[in-house]
Amino acid sequence: MYDKEQPILTIKNLRKQFGKGCTICRDLDDKNIQKNFCPVCQTVYACRDVSFELYPAEILGVVGESGSGKSTLMKCLYFDQDVTSGEAYIQGYKNSNANIFTETSQQKKYIRNHLFGMVYQNPYLGLRMNFSSVGNIAEKLIGAGSRNVGFMTGRAQELLGNVNIPIYRMKEAPKNFSGGMQQRVQIAKALSNNPPILLLDEVTTGLDLSVQANVLDLIKKIQRDLKISMLVVSHDLSVIRILADRTIVMLNGKIIEQGLTDQILEDPQHPYTQQLVHSLL
Amino acid sequence: MKSYNFAFFDEGSKREIRRATLKAIALPGYQVPFASREMPIARGWGTGGLQLTLSLVGKDDKIKVIDQGADESVNAVNIKKLIKNTTDVEETEFTEEATLIQSRHRIPEIELREDQILVLQVPIPEPLREIEPSEYITKRLHADKEYSGIWLMLFERIMKHGSMATGADHPVLVNNRYVMAPSPIPRFDNHKLNNSKALILLGAGREKKIYAVPPYTEVQSLAFEDYPFEVENMDDKVCRLCGARGVFMDELIDEETKEKYYQCNDVSYCLQRLNNEIAN
Repeated sequence: MYDKEQPILTIKNLRKQFGKGCTICRDLDDKNIQKNFCPVCQTVYACRDVSFELYPAEILGVVGESGSGKSTLMKCLYFDQDVTSGEAYIQGYKNSNANIFTETSQQKKYIRNHLFGMVYQNPYLGLRMNFSSVGNIAEKLIGAGSRNVGFMTGRAQELLGNVNIPIYRMKEAPKNFSGGMQQRVQIAKALSNNPPILLLDEVTTGLDLSVQANVLDLIKKIQRDLKISMLVVSHDLSVIRILADRTIVMLNGKIIEQGLTDQILEDPQHPYTQQLVHSLL
Repeated sequence: MKSYNFAFFDEGSKREIRRATLKAIALPGYQVPFASREMPIARGWGTGGLQLTLSLVGKDDKIKVIDQGADESVNAVNIKKLIKNTTDVEETEFTEEATLIQSRHRIPEIELREDQILVLQVPIPEPLREIEPSEYITKRLHADKEYSGIWLMLFERIMKHGSMATGADHPVLVNNRYVMAPSPIPRFDNHKLNNSKALILLGAGREKKIYAVPPYTEVQSLAFEDYPFEVENMDDKVCRLCGARGVFMDELIDEETKEKYYQCNDVSYCLQRLNNEIAN
């Protein structure tokens, strides 16, 4: 369905800043800003000229310390936040030449519901905690235009079964679930429309080791079975080592290094990446 | 009450409300904000409907005010008194005689005509309010025609109760554009909104919104493909007083025998049938 030689998602010069900037920080070349905020006007430069490509059936890892812009990148891609500038193209969407960041809000809704699945670090952002788990999954299907209760219930049961939610708890609200179960419901929800691209933002943070392993196995299995492209954000290099084919390293809103995951982990070039890899327990 | 202006309001206020009303008619189902006035009745007791009525009433009008189908309820009587005292227009209990009908929770049983206006009192005009507390966001959702939330709410009710289980205020899609809360009329009355010959205006005083269903406008009750919209079944219920069938009934308990019985909810309709003024 997708051309494996061409990227499914292309990001060009994505910038996201919080604040208007001042003459001092605007005149400085990005390389000269050592931190991602301006000490004069306090503008935060969360993402600075982020460019990368994600290929079909590939898992691309994004690592970096807290505040390096990883989650902001994900939120921009999922239209939770507006970008300051930049371009993004999806293979097959409007002949692959429509910048999705400048689309209308209705088109963005279409992209969210049909082309992206998102798993947030905090399940409270991705789920309606007072609605049933089946309802949470139906929400995504309703957004994509389904109006058939039988179909939506069947699909939800299938997906929740796949992520090991017991059938007798499917009508229960996620607020009654453990953190791991909530993450699994989020994953099921994200997969409900068979999106070609899955965005995973720190999915294992806050989970204990055994639950982490379950969630990681599940993600691997989904990728193997469904051949979905995934963008996995984590500050945990072990997660990236297990999941990602390629990895990009972010620092202060910029990509400082990218390459094959093994290459990054075995032979890091940038001093920050070296420090990160050496601090791996 | 000579000290009051005709229809209570000053002319500027009437004009402002009429302007909002015209905009509402031009955009069927769209909630038009208006400067809801302080009224001599408490907010939540029909001030939205009352403001619409007072802004529209003319000297030749005949008004009818009903509350849950009854002309004699305290709320209806007080609203009627205020209108009467400040306008001196004629009152009526007969639906077909009235030119302006203000109602809470019901659409009369007798089909309305083109020369009539129905004003409905609305407590919560925003159909998305249950799932989205922010007015700013609901406005955006309406603008984007993004009604997933309301469908999800109906879906959840099916999951919980096995049916959509909206006792009243079942959301409707007006003119294939805006989803609208039809005020808490029973589902039984929803079909009366569709292609209604009369102009239907809805006013929410507390929430400061006016919206409208102009005559001959398509109004669809939201329903899933495999869970069609169903109204309350009144076919097997017979009014104990007038013997009517197929109209909206109140369920009552006989204090002595403890037996259930039914009575027409629309009191004037029942009375007219009893007086043989409407064909049985």
